[in-house]
Amino acid sequence: MADLKARIASRTAKEFKDGDVANLGIGLPTMVANYLPEGVHIVLHSENGFTGLAGSAEKGKEDVDVINSGGAYVTHTPEANFFDTAMSFSIVRGGHVDATVLGAMEVDEHGNLANWIVPGKMVAGMGGAMDLVVGAKKVIISMLHTQKGAHKILKECTLPYTALGVVDLIITEMGVMEVAPEGIVLKELHPDFTLDEIKAATGCELIISPDLKPMEEE
Amino acid sequence: MINKIRTAEEAVAGIQDGMTIMVGGFLGTGSPEILIDALVKKGVKHLTVIGNDGGLPAAATGTTDRGIAKLLSAGMVDHIIASHVGMNPLIGKGMNDGSLECTLVPQGSLAEKIRAAGAGLGGVLTPTGVGTIIAEGKETINIDGKDYLLEKPLKADYALIRASVCDKFGNFTCAKATKNFNYVMAMAADTVAIATEQLYEVGEKDPDTYAMSGIFATYIVGGEKPWQI
Repeated sequence: MADLKARIASRTAKEFKDGDVANLGIGLPTMVANYLPEGVHIVLHSENGFTGLAGSAEKGKEDVDVINSGGAYVTHTPEANFFDTAMSFSIVRGGHVDATVLGAMEVDEHGNLANWIVPGKMVAGMGGAMDLVVGAKKVIISMLHTQKGAHKILKECTLPYTALGVVDLIITEMGVMEVAPEGIVLKELHPDFTLDEIKAATGCELIISPDLKPMEEE
Repeated sequence: MINKIRTAEEAVAGIQDGMTIMVGGFLGTGSPEILIDALVKKGVKHLTVIGNDGGLPAAATGTTDRGIAKLLSAGMVDHIIASHVGMNPLIGKGMNDGSLECTLVPQGSLAEKIRAAGAGLGGVLTPTGVGTIIAEGKETINIDGKDYLLEKPLKADYALIRASVCDKFGNFTCAKATKNFNYVMAMAADTVAIATEQLYEVGEKDPDTYAMSGIFATYIVGGEKPWQI
């Protein structure tokens, strides 16, 4: 499982170009920063109030005034800038974030996203997720293709929406899919899987790109 | 110059049962602990609390409750308006047993609703939440072909603010990631109490030291401490 997540994170990292501003969600999306190609430096936005997020703070060397949006003590880059929440989300909604990477419970072929209410579980709240997926120029969903075999990529989301028509790209351990006006287009297929296998793991029609490529591994 | 310097107890003395209070902070970082402690000691009930989240419970910090969590643990809150409440199990518990109402607002919209109140705006139009359950009961307005939600202003009786540096007029700055909601909240409440780590005489520091004008400050309380991990 750890290897699959690393595969997804490393493929996601290839979507970035030098100088991009990105917001990475908690969990697998955070791992993307560890796999950036040589020479690609991105500016990480932390929605609780800064650009220039770096790694986790070393135990005993924490600055108690510097946390990430999950509340963990982190470090910042030399070019970091700190701001308040109004500015932070002006950056988000204003189109100043090139890409956000998040997980999902469900994505559908219209690019609709559901990732904030888990059925039967306590509602945690959307935090900044609704703003991020509406505001970022590109929304990348990086996740395992299914939830223990249950479809997550669907014809229509069944859970309450986070936002409508916002998802641009879906990256899983099985492949890379683009959300296009005509539906979900499979652009890359991982060599570990066949077309039949990825189709079976997907809850909507998968349009096979005429120039389908193997999903690259590092 | 009006003397705004108070003790923490004096600064929260006007908070009464049923009031709406804003509390700065993000999972406790940037929350004015000495004001919250004084409010818990005073022991008011039925508050509506506006903040990013429910603070951090002692189980999460490993020491004591932090930020808004102290008010929740003391049973002082009837209604919380926040963007994320998953880190404090007391909120889910309160929602389940009916003792606590919780209104969830997207983080960026929450900041803008508060900013609107402080800036004299009738609300803001945001694309966030269009087509979701957040849009229920709200007006959707089309501007140049794109849908936006009308998010109305959110104000409070009191704002409890945490500054890193403040002068005796109330000009203040919050360090690094402690800014979060503190700046917008300081403009959106009838009474604004600021707890500060460092307190300076007026004119002692260059005016550029301070991000926020002291005109927003009602009371200033020194002695706020850095959080101890």
